[in-house]
Amino acid sequence: MSARVRRHARALDVRHGRIDMNHGSGGRATTQLVQELFLNAFDNEWLRLMDDQARCNLPAGRLVVATDAHVVSPLFFPGGDIGALSVHGTVNDVAMAGAKPMYLTAAFIIEEGFALASLKRIVDSMAQAARSAQVAVIAGDTKVVERGKGDGLFITTTGVGVVDPALDIHVHRAQPQDCILISGTIGDHGIAIMSEREHLSFQTTILSDTAALHGLVADMVRVVPDIHCLRDPTRGGLATALNEIADQSGVGMRIQEAAIPIRAEVRAACEFLGLDPLYIANEGKLIAICPPEQANTLLAAMRRHPLGVQSAIIGTVVDDPLRFVEMETAFGGTRMVDWLTGDPLPRIC
Amino acid sequence: MKYIDEFRDKHMAASMARAIWAEVEERRTYHIMEFCGGHTHAIARYGLPDLLPSSIRLVHGPGCPVCVLPIGRIDMAINLARDGGVILCTYADVVRVPATDRESLLAIKAAGADVVMVYSVQDALQVARRNPDREVVFFAIGFETTTPPTAAAILEAKRLGMRNFTVICNHVLTPSAIQSLLDSPEVRQMGTVRIDGFIGPSHVSAVIGSRPYEFFAQEYEKPVVIAGFEPLDVLQSVWMLVRQINEGRAIVENQFTRAVTREGNTKAQTLVTEVFELARTFEWRGLGIVPYSSLRIQNRYGAFDAERRFGLRPASVPDHKGCECGAILRGVKHPHDCRLFGGACVPESPMGSCMVSSEGACAAHYTYGRYRRDNALGLRRAAGKS
Repeated sequence: MSARVRRHARALDVRHGRIDMNHGSGGRATTQLVQELFLNAFDNEWLRLMDDQARCNLPAGRLVVATDAHVVSPLFFPGGDIGALSVHGTVNDVAMAGAKPMYLTAAFIIEEGFALASLKRIVDSMAQAARSAQVAVIAGDTKVVERGKGDGLFITTTGVGVVDPALDIHVHRAQPQDCILISGTIGDHGIAIMSEREHLSFQTTILSDTAALHGLVADMVRVVPDIHCLRDPTRGGLATALNEIADQSGVGMRIQEAAIPIRAEVRAACEFLGLDPLYIANEGKLIAICPPEQANTLLAAMRRHPLGVQSAIIGTVVDDPLRFVEMETAFGGTRMVDWLTGDPLPRIC
Repeated sequence: MKYIDEFRDKHMAASMARAIWAEVEERRTYHIMEFCGGHTHAIARYGLPDLLPSSIRLVHGPGCPVCVLPIGRIDMAINLARDGGVILCTYADVVRVPATDRESLLAIKAAGADVVMVYSVQDALQVARRNPDREVVFFAIGFETTTPPTAAAILEAKRLGMRNFTVICNHVLTPSAIQSLLDSPEVRQMGTVRIDGFIGPSHVSAVIGSRPYEFFAQEYEKPVVIAGFEPLDVLQSVWMLVRQINEGRAIVENQFTRAVTREGNTKAQTLVTEVFELARTFEWRGLGIVPYSSLRIQNRYGAFDAERRFGLRPASVPDHKGCECGAILRGVKHPHDCRLFGGACVPESPMGSCMVSSEGACAAHYTYGRYRRDNALGLRRAAGKS
């Protein structure tokens, strides 16, 4: 910590203390919280200045910006927590343009009474996730709402990155004959969250797949710069993401159920909960769409990366003015894969 | 996945389909009703019609518990949750069923009512334990499959001396519904609905056994094949039905031998008779008032009956004017015969109950059905000609 940090009469009682309305007042208590908890965790040259904004340099290229609010419940789940998730979610949104994410800002809305120990655990996890993703959290904000007016903690992050202007990865670029790839097993995050839900507890070994994907993306664009589309299938799952791409690109899609990677435990959980894994959220997977002649090269590159070992080609883009996504079932029939209706699992991220 | 993949095997499916193609007789059609919404869902989800000859017509039946709930009973739950200050727990699909004035349990939840979606009645009991100073009401729906758990929960609540847990019982009976269909004027007199045989329920039959269907097979001369919910189960049961129809037989056959016996689950049946008794009448959506077709909580467990505790009486409310759910539930109409289908009525904003649950005929058709392509192309062709 820098010597410029003002000392307070008593250090924050991180072990037993709780957030109270003073921590959101903007006064001394707020400053103490920011300095002793947030600055300590995220420590970097921008935050140390304690300014209301951060000024930073960007390398050449086009600016990419994305923002994401995180309201996941519960805050801690198998394989992650809201802190790590709030970094990964936004980093991935930036990375899906083929960009290198560089900076994050974060806004915390904290409910009165929230345990400082939990907040510290979350902030530390967030800092750890940011460090391993090599992005700096350069600005932030903290607000406190009265007890009952929030649900523990909400985190909104905004990510800034830079993309090579030569890359043109867009959701509207899918073309007939293109191949559709997925970077690994589907549904892990949603089922991990579900296993922790209050009204729905069951024992499982499934961990959330929450992860930052920009390293994988960097490897992919290096070997196949002409990737047409990238998307991380979060809320609404694979089915909804494919429908979005089909709709934006004005094409149809044909996928093969048997080719889609899925863990046996996730399938089993979906089976007895009556859920369709195609609609379950992921936080560390991406869909890639590329020209057919480059699909195998791309697949090989994805499988070489630790986060893409189970990558697979799951289907092709077809010419279809109706923009339908259809699936050949493992059983030998075909069926539509529609947009998600309703919400099988609210507050998943 | 073990014990699942075996029943979804592509090669087995192809050979079963070949057997069906070999069995069907030329210039003959086979009208087979799948009673259960679970079968409707499996048929659509696995694309079974792609594998079957066009002479086999699958007719959807009323076996979807959410679909057959009449508006009056949903209104009753809405009023209680909104104005009665209770915590109302129910299965998730129920909250989306549209009621009077386009209200739904989901809409009043958004407006501040305490509506909790649960996966089982045990979760509702938990809610009651955690909120001892609140009245917790479980809106119970379902055929014979979900009845034993409700009975067990009431017994447990009594054992624990709970005073804040009650049940609105909407448990309905499969045999009564089948009989009501077979006795309907469309089947009996007008002949507008042809039913040559039934794919019998799977989970329901695991509880009640195969014996209750013997009456229909004998008295109405309709073959019944009790089938599991996996796609191969359905294919095999279609083959068994086609054989019975061809041979002029009408008996109850059991394809789902891994779970169903003739007598059923007698322990579950004992639980149910301990807590419930036949209600004299019950109003079904589509079938109207059907005598002795539902269960009510017996007097000795009356303290757990929300209808008694809160003095509830369901009103009879007509369906939306354009909605064909009633006719669809009787097999008289097909989802795409309804003019609301896919336009004003879609899963995001259902007008009728059959568009709500994934077991509903309309929702299954809309979500999985490639009819939409046919429809869209048909419309385009029509537009091109004009």
